[in-house]
Amino acid sequence: MDALLFLFFALVAVGCGINLVVQTHPISSALSLIGVMGSLAVLYLLLGAEFMAMAQLIVYAGAIMVLFIFVIMLLNAGVERKKGTSMLVKALGVPALVAFLGMVSYLIQRLMPGTENVTFGAFQGGTVQAIGRKLFTEYLLPFEVTSVLILIAILGAVVLARKEI
Amino acid sequence: MNDQQLWLIPALPLAGFLINGLFGKKFPNILVSIIAVASVLGSFAWVLKTLGALGDLEHAHVEHYLTWIQSGPVNIGVDLAVDRLTAVMLLVVTGIGSLIHIYAVGYMSHEGGYYRFFAYLNLFMFFMLTLVMGANFLLLFVGWEGVGLCSYLLIGFYILKKSAGDAAKKAFVVNRVGDFGFSLAMFLIMVQFGSLDFQKVFEAVKPLPVDQTPGILTAIALLLFVGAAGKSAQVPLYVWLPDAMEGPTPVSALIHAATMVTAGVYMTARAAVIFQHSPLAMDVVATVGLITAVMAATIGLTQYDIKKVFAYSTVSQLGYMFIACGVGAFSAGIYHVVTHAFFKALLFLGAGSVIHALSGEQDLRHMGGLAKKIPITFAVLACAWVAIAGVPPFAGFFSKDEILLAAHHHAPWMYWVGVITAGMTAFYVSRAMFMCFFGSYRGHHHPHESPFVMWGPLAVLAVLSLAGGWYFKVPHYLEPVFPVAEGHHDETLVYISVAAGVIGIGLAALMYLIKPGLPDTISGALGPIYKLVYNKYFVDEVYDATIVNPMVAGSRGVLWRIFDAGIIDGIVNGTAVVARTVGGGLRLLQSGNIRSYAAWVTLGCVVVLLALGVMSGGVK
Amino acid sequence: MPTTVPLTWYLILSAILFGLGVAGFLFRRNIITVFMSIELMLNAVNLSFISFSYKWRQVDGHIFSFFVMVVAAAEAAVGLAIILTVFKNRSTLAIDEVNSLKN
Repeated sequence: MDALLFLFFALVAVGCGINLVVQTHPISSALSLIGVMGSLAVLYLLLGAEFMAMAQLIVYAGAIMVLFIFVIMLLNAGVERKKGTSMLVKALGVPALVAFLGMVSYLIQRLMPGTENVTFGAFQGGTVQAIGRKLFTEYLLPFEVTSVLILIAILGAVVLARKEI
Repeated sequence: MNDQQLWLIPALPLAGFLINGLFGKKFPNILVSIIAVASVLGSFAWVLKTLGALGDLEHAHVEHYLTWIQSGPVNIGVDLAVDRLTAVMLLVVTGIGSLIHIYAVGYMSHEGGYYRFFAYLNLFMFFMLTLVMGANFLLLFVGWEGVGLCSYLLIGFYILKKSAGDAAKKAFVVNRVGDFGFSLAMFLIMVQFGSLDFQKVFEAVKPLPVDQTPGILTAIALLLFVGAAGKSAQVPLYVWLPDAMEGPTPVSALIHAATMVTAGVYMTARAAVIFQHSPLAMDVVATVGLITAVMAATIGLTQYDIKKVFAYSTVSQLGYMFIACGVGAFSAGIYHVVTHAFFKALLFLGAGSVIHALSGEQDLRHMGGLAKKIPITFAVLACAWVAIAGVPPFAGFFSKDEILLAAHHHAPWMYWVGVITAGMTAFYVSRAMFMCFFGSYRGHHHPHESPFVMWGPLAVLAVLSLAGGWYFKVPHYLEPVFPVAEGHHDETLVYISVAAGVIGIGLAALMYLIKPGLPDTISGALGPIYKLVYNKYFVDEVYDATIVNPMVAGSRGVLWRIFDAGIIDGIVNGTAVVARTVGGGLRLLQSGNIRSYAAWVTLGCVVVLLALGVMSGGVK
Repeated sequence: MPTTVPLTWYLILSAILFGLGVAGFLFRRNIITVFMSIELMLNAVNLSFISFSYKWRQVDGHIFSFFVMVVAAAEAAVGLAIILTVFKNRSTLAIDEVNSLKN
């Protein structure tokens, strides 16, 4: 069952990811991204990260993506005009990307041989309680700093979105 | 463990600093003073409440707030602790601090930058309280550096005066030498004991046998003492303190007499366990203290600036405290810290009152006969006078006596030198008092008595100076922390030291009251020696000649002309030429196209991964 | 068919998603899509954080991805505001046409 769930949602994620890259209309890309995020949430759940799965759905698939779609609608962004990408990017990027993927996969297999299989429920440390305890004790300072970061982001967004600029 | 909210004690002055520092410019002066004074008084009240709640404090009360640094075995927390030693310091710092804040309301009323002054003063309180309450060396160091910063800011408070700026820089630079020693000591402690917590370090040190101390403990103790010597103005790092009198008088009283300069003594007493394990370091501490006490006292004999006299007196008294630490009588040292805080704060504030009355006149030669014109100031200063001169049963007598007895127990010659210094102390303070208050008035201003906000705190300090030594039995209170060294209480020694004080006063009376021509005759007869002492042993000149000038000349000649102009500029210009040529070629890469950059970044990732793989043995 | 999969598969999935994000960044011209590709890359990294968290049975990885998420949210707010501003000034979303740094 775990394997089936993983395979299914991994395929959904990769499929949506590919769709994100190949679609020319931003709204399709955005919807594919939501698909990726949703299936990732299920995978998080499989890994025992229940809080992160929920946060993924609410914050990422919910809030952030709504923001994206809102901007797409606001700007009335249409289909991308076809225009060949520069030769350099193609000539350099494609091989580099392939090499990167190959390298990472190879290294993962090579450096982590015989890793245990993922069993649902084997790790139960990802509860809201556990995360809350960590956040408000050991990671209290980073947590508070984050709030300042968000405040700055809000201010930045307000300043940028004003008319005069 | 019951929670006492210790953090409130330093947090209140910090809040005062933030409010005054951020918004004070727009506030009326009265609001600024209310905020500043209330924050310190609140802190004082909280200290009293906490000490009341904690009871007899047989063991240190520690509160842990945050983990500050955690890296492998290193674990440093923001921990505040109160034990009996801290309790004494807390009472002195917040108590005297409150009085001086109140006094400053009156003293600074005509000055510009009123809010700035109080903001700095509050910030100083915050750092000083952090210093005495920190439960590990690093937190102590935070306070240590912080008070140094505030000292710098406040010495240079009169930002338009060049001498003030220079004095501030001098204090800062000289203190860096000490801080350097302190940080090295901390590194050694970290390496040796794997922790900076007072409790852990001292518990690790305690079981070590004293007679076969590892050299590293001596090194730690000596380096700590370098730090203490910088902050507490010991030979050879004392030169900054007399110049620090460029700051406003309340600052001189609070920072450069009562609290900050005693931080070195506090730190030495705090690390007493380490010092006790290193007889060599103890000897160094005692000797340096003795040299400082004598040297500063002799300089004090000849100065004419009233604040300079008291400044050298402070240096000399700090020397006393280090003698106490060096001979193992840490509680006597802290005792002297307390009584000294009373009478020296009073001396400075009184001097400030005199200066205020004379509209800024500081030269003793232009004073005289002021006893009738500003009687309250005279009365309170007289209290400080008898206290510092060691007249029983006033504050200075008790603590000085403890120190001298301990010194005699350790080495009799130290006692005799100490007694002579005590005589000199009595002499120069009496001299200042006679020149200031007796005889006929030699100045031009019209003296006026200070307002109540100024003499009110003075009166409180006067009471403390008179009764404080007798009332607060600090060594007895500190017994759980520092066992009192046994030793017979020799009455004769007490009589001798009191006699020295009385002789000092008498000599001063003879020279400055009865036969006013005598000082000139004596200084004429002593000629070169008098000149040497009057010019403070030319220490500043020696420093200028041996350290400052070679450094300036070296910087100018070697570093600037040859190194900077020749080599650095050559490298820079050469690099620029190369860069221009290479850049011309590389410009083709910089297409301004974000995606081509991204492609390069990807390539870079591949290279880094490859390197990591090869290094970790993943790729063969 | 085995009922479970090795942890390395999760990591490889993470790598694949990251690669897709890079591809999107490299080959798409629409600035919003490019931005979404960045989000995809962040998600991929989050997945590996959580996988490692599973491996070491420690919740710290979750905290890290939590912070990544927060930063992503902040970044999305500012980034989209920048996109809005760019669009207002240039009336284009094509990343290649925003090239005043060139020359």
